[in-house]
Amino acid sequence: MPAATANQTIGPYWHLIEHAEWADLTRFGAQGEVITVGGQVLDGDAAPVADAAIEIWQADPPADATFPGFGRTRCDAEGRFRFRTLKPGPVAGRGNAWQAPHLALVLHARGVLKPLFSRLYFAGDRRNESDPLLSAITDPARRETLLARETAPAHWHLDIRLQGEDETVFLAL
Amino acid sequence: MSDPAPFRPPMPGGQPDYDTPSYGSTAKRHPKAALIAVPTTLTEASGPRFSPLHFPALADLSVTSGKPALGERIIVAGRVADEDGRPVANTMVEIWQANAAGRYDHPGDQHDAPLDPNFHGEGRVFTDSEGRYRFVTIKPGSYPWRNHPNAWRPNHIHFSLFGSGFAQRLITQMYFPGDPLLDLDPIYLSIADRAARARLIARFEIALTQPEWALGYRFDIVLRGRGATPMENA
Repeated sequence: MPAATANQTIGPYWHLIEHAEWADLTRFGAQGEVITVGGQVLDGDAAPVADAAIEIWQADPPADATFPGFGRTRCDAEGRFRFRTLKPGPVAGRGNAWQAPHLALVLHARGVLKPLFSRLYFAGDRRNESDPLLSAITDPARRETLLARETAPAHWHLDIRLQGEDETVFLAL
Repeated sequence: MSDPAPFRPPMPGGQPDYDTPSYGSTAKRHPKAALIAVPTTLTEASGPRFSPLHFPALADLSVTSGKPALGERIIVAGRVADEDGRPVANTMVEIWQANAAGRYDHPGDQHDAPLDPNFHGEGRVFTDSEGRYRFVTIKPGSYPWRNHPNAWRPNHIHFSLFGSGFAQRLITQMYFPGDPLLDLDPIYLSIADRAARARLIARFEIALTQPEWALGYRFDIVLRGRGATPMENA
């Protein structure tokens, strides 16, 4: 069997497969602690990335008929994105470890030749202290790039910086 | 609960680099810090399951409200498997593309080529139990872009796949055999391994071609495998 098919950029016209409602993971009637998560995507010149697609996946709460666990949204002209979802709980890690509540993030854009993976954690959650991934990032400033802030009740904010000062921690999965 | 089997690392040269100077838009959009390796956990090993109930199939892009789009009708079909050769069943395959004139039905596309009211360019199907998928569409045209002087994209169809684990997420482009623009295209050439990039070129297949109706192109897709460790019997 050949190796995995190569990725190519999503390009600037991916909105042909965009459905705005995918940004709302509660649209099928899921019950739980509803939150919004949003932020701004910036490039190496701190210019907004206006044509990116942002996707989230969460293993908790488990996906079912009312909760897809997955969302996709666009960035607007200022590079801003926003999802409505349920706040995740902790997720099993490897061995006996537990991972702090988090969302998996992936960014696709023109000029990005393969998916850029990251994660969003919730600042102030005491479980962050023992999270294996956060603990593996020794530089506290870099760790901060994965911590969303609650800027309004039930609204969590995280900017994604593709390059430069405060560059977001991206992951090799 | 046992740990999920890790995904295989990418084959050297088999994936593009984020930093690809010949493709200008990567300059300010590639991370400069090293990526942090994450061992496979439930987060990466699980992934969305799309129900055709919520995400209805759009398998024929060549007709809109009963009216045929302009251009050369084609069949694009193939099989989705993982690196271990296992079919990836019931997974969502999304496609999007320019029309026959090389124009996207997208407000951002200002190329001086006509739109086709009967062609939107979005498709979505689910693979069957053996990982097979099939679309009917129109052969997309080439179009200019501003990466370098006289730059033209080869004819291509964009593909998006999920697989069963989030780490298998794939966004790619399918190309057509014999396209002279391929060897001038920095996006295609961003894949260092020649054989790996050639696998993005669909094969014309007479057996897939429907007489008196449409040419058939086969495009098989491989998603990341889960390493050599055999799964334990639960």
